Amino acid sequence: MEKYQNTPQLKRQLLIDTLFRNSTRFFAFLVLALLVGIMLSLLVGAMPTIRQQGLGFLTSTAWDPVTEEFGALVPIYGTLLTSFIALLIGVPVSFGIALFLTELSPTWLKRPLGIAVELLAGIPSIIYGMWGLFVFAPWFGDNIQPWLIDNLGEMPVIGFLFQGAPMGIGMFTAGLILAIMVIPFIASVMRDVFEVVPAMLKESAYGLGATTWEVVRNVVLPYTKTGVIGGIMLGLGRALGETMAVTFVIGNSTIFSTGLFDAGNSIASALANEFAEATSEAHLSALISLGLILFFITFVVLACSKLLLLRLKKQEGRGT
Amino acid sequence: MTEQNIKLKVRDLNFYYGNFQALKGINLDIPSKQVTAFIGPSGCGKSTLLRIFNRMYELYPGMRAEGEILMDGQNILSRDVDVNLLRAQVGMVFQKPTPFPMSIYDNITFGVKLYENLSRSEMDDRVEWALKKAALWNEVKDKLKQSGNSLSGGQQQRLCIARAVATRPEVLLLDEPTSALDPISTAHIEELVHELKQDYTIAIVTHNMQQAARVSDYTAYMYLGDLVEFGETDTIFTAPSKKATEDYITGKFG
Amino acid sequence: MQHTLSNASKAKTVKSFTRNNAIYRKRRLVNLFNMGASMATMAFGLFWLAWILLTLLRYGLEGLSPAVFTEITPPPGSAGGLANAIVGSLTMTFFGTLIGTPIGILAGIYLSEYGSRGYLAPATRFINDILLSAPSIVIGLFVYEVYVLSVGHFSGWAGSFALSLLVIPVVVRTTENMLRLVPGSLREAAFALGAPQWKVTMQVTLRAAKAGVTTGILLAVARISGETAPLLFTALNNQFWSNMNQPMANLPIVIFQFAMSPYEDWHKLAWAGSLLITFSVLTLNIVARYLGRQKTQSH
Repeated sequence: MEKYQNTPQLKRQLLIDTLFRNSTRFFAFLVLALLVGIMLSLLVGAMPTIRQQGLGFLTSTAWDPVTEEFGALVPIYGTLLTSFIALLIGVPVSFGIALFLTELSPTWLKRPLGIAVELLAGIPSIIYGMWGLFVFAPWFGDNIQPWLIDNLGEMPVIGFLFQGAPMGIGMFTAGLILAIMVIPFIASVMRDVFEVVPAMLKESAYGLGATTWEVVRNVVLPYTKTGVIGGIMLGLGRALGETMAVTFVIGNSTIFSTGLFDAGNSIASALANEFAEATSEAHLSALISLGLILFFITFVVLACSKLLLLRLKKQEGRGT
Repeated sequence: MTEQNIKLKVRDLNFYYGNFQALKGINLDIPSKQVTAFIGPSGCGKSTLLRIFNRMYELYPGMRAEGEILMDGQNILSRDVDVNLLRAQVGMVFQKPTPFPMSIYDNITFGVKLYENLSRSEMDDRVEWALKKAALWNEVKDKLKQSGNSLSGGQQQRLCIARAVATRPEVLLLDEPTSALDPISTAHIEELVHELKQDYTIAIVTHNMQQAARVSDYTAYMYLGDLVEFGETDTIFTAPSKKATEDYITGKFG
Repeated sequence: MQHTLSNASKAKTVKSFTRNNAIYRKRRLVNLFNMGASMATMAFGLFWLAWILLTLLRYGLEGLSPAVFTEITPPPGSAGGLANAIVGSLTMTFFGTLIGTPIGILAGIYLSEYGSRGYLAPATRFINDILLSAPSIVIGLFVYEVYVLSVGHFSGWAGSFALSLLVIPVVVRTTENMLRLVPGSLREAAFALGAPQWKVTMQVTLRAAKAGVTTGILLAVARISGETAPLLFTALNNQFWSNMNQPMANLPIVIFQFAMSPYEDWHKLAWAGSLLITFSVLTLNIVARYLGRQKTQSH
């Protein structure tokens, strides 16, 4: 039977099909290659620093472009501290918002509030930075900071965190602004995972007479635990790499200090401030090494987040 | 039935989803220009069998068929048969209407353009012909440029039939074509099946036994991957030779 | 006798369910407190949003004038506008989207239509989700290392490349998700007519997912229009008009530079620019969500 067998026209179709499949595969592969490319290029750029200083780079607090002495401790500390503050404030708030949106909000309010949260995520980070520098920091320095310094600065153990001058800007302000920025990300992941809890499961708890809080605490949270942690890690990943908002308000000091109200530096803000002006090879390489460290940390955090969210998805698949 | 009147010969057909055997040694002759109905409880393999006739299963990994299906003497399961050409010869209509996201006109021409180079007027004629075959022409002739999604469910299903007919296949596979439709649309489709069998060999899977009795000339009763009984519809419904068939048809089981 | 007994037992039952039960009272208080806290967090979130948007409107409108759109960025102390920065931003966003979108769509097609077997699809999906949230400043570093260093100067092209790398993950993700929403029966129906895979994908599946994919592209445009960090060492900045092979002015970096300066005129322009950017990004976001919503409703 001729009619089921290859004709020239069909050969062409087959050829196009193969081309199409391979080009989509090529571009999918390109995404993978992009990640490898980023790592390799950073590694190559960081090589001079790695060769010269090795792991000592991580623990040195020096940062002097003139004498070409560089260490990563100050920006690493600033990055971790600001992100930690961001999570400390952002996680409970995000949880509250997700709880409100899934359990409490009247239906007609859900949509507008959801959009509001998304708008918060949509505001470009540079706007957070400007607002932080010109509006929030002065207000904070005049009204809140002096009170905190007076009342908490003298406390034992944690007092040292709250000493210093009320400048407004500094690591605490950076962390607070980061918190506002990551809230929408964490809240929307939490909302999404809360919504996958089967209605019947919640209803059976309500049916026993549980209050909303008890249902959330004992049914929703255990069911979505991995997803919630995944969402928090996603927020952390965002906070670690955020550049502009932090650069505006962190104070860009290269001197090591532990106080929350002191000026500091984060990896991203160091890059933003110095990279375009760095001329010596040692300076450039030190900055690229910082970029490599940042990429490594965020990669690990985001990979964990992704794995946790995948696990939740699998569990969900089993449930249905 | 004489040899000449047989369109599809199924010989020792086994089918596997991974390790699960969904069809067990099926042997069956589907007569030409007749309606053959496949009935049986859910999971009996009737849809699976239908989807082997156009090798639809090849879209999914882990599925494989053994045995032969001869269409006019050619084994369509053989590697030598191009699957796209085969599908152009064996049309299929699905459980739910599947209009493509394009105009009514483009829906019909989509399949035609794949294998034929027609002029504008020839194409217009073909569209009109196909829509008339599907008894839809009078309802849509003034809105051929509208989206296929704008039609009602029953009209959409007839559009899909027209689309399948337009490529002038030899066999039409209908996989529970009325399961998503209301009774009036169902009646339309059943009438249509009756008309179409003059030109096409039709295989229809249905859950509805009355429907099988109404539209088909031959009926195959399947159960758990086996072909239990096959014969003329009148015989199957009035004097089945096997107890299992009788139980299913009279509603004692299933 | 019977009557009184039943009354007594009823009274007893009712009593154990009254609101004065100590355990229940405590539970209700805990619930009330936590629900109150939840509402407070919602208000907390809205408070910042309102504060930021109102600030932006107040200072931004003050700084807006026709000159913003017609004159180029001034040296400190003189009047000027943002025309070159606006055009630069539009140009680089345009090219960034133009380069990134086809790559993203094709990769997304692979993940959804061919990705059921093999290692490549799951690995790409995983990495793509990481790139989606990876620090954008690192993308800037990458383009600097790979492109800027090899051509020897900052340029509009370098900026566009950096932005396109941010577009790709967003488009890949939405394309894949939207294609997956297209019912399998629609694909089967097209295959059943004997259509080859590429026709099924391009003419049926992708078409059915058009609204969703468009939403993804708009979201990607929204994202890159506000990005600053990846442009810092790719496009850099330019006080004048420029072509794509020169350092190119763009709104985010002009805002950064002007805001960090001590000059009052520059601050004003920075606020005006901020209002423009935020307004366009939020509009894009809303339009995208509106489109996405229409899509889900039609199904």
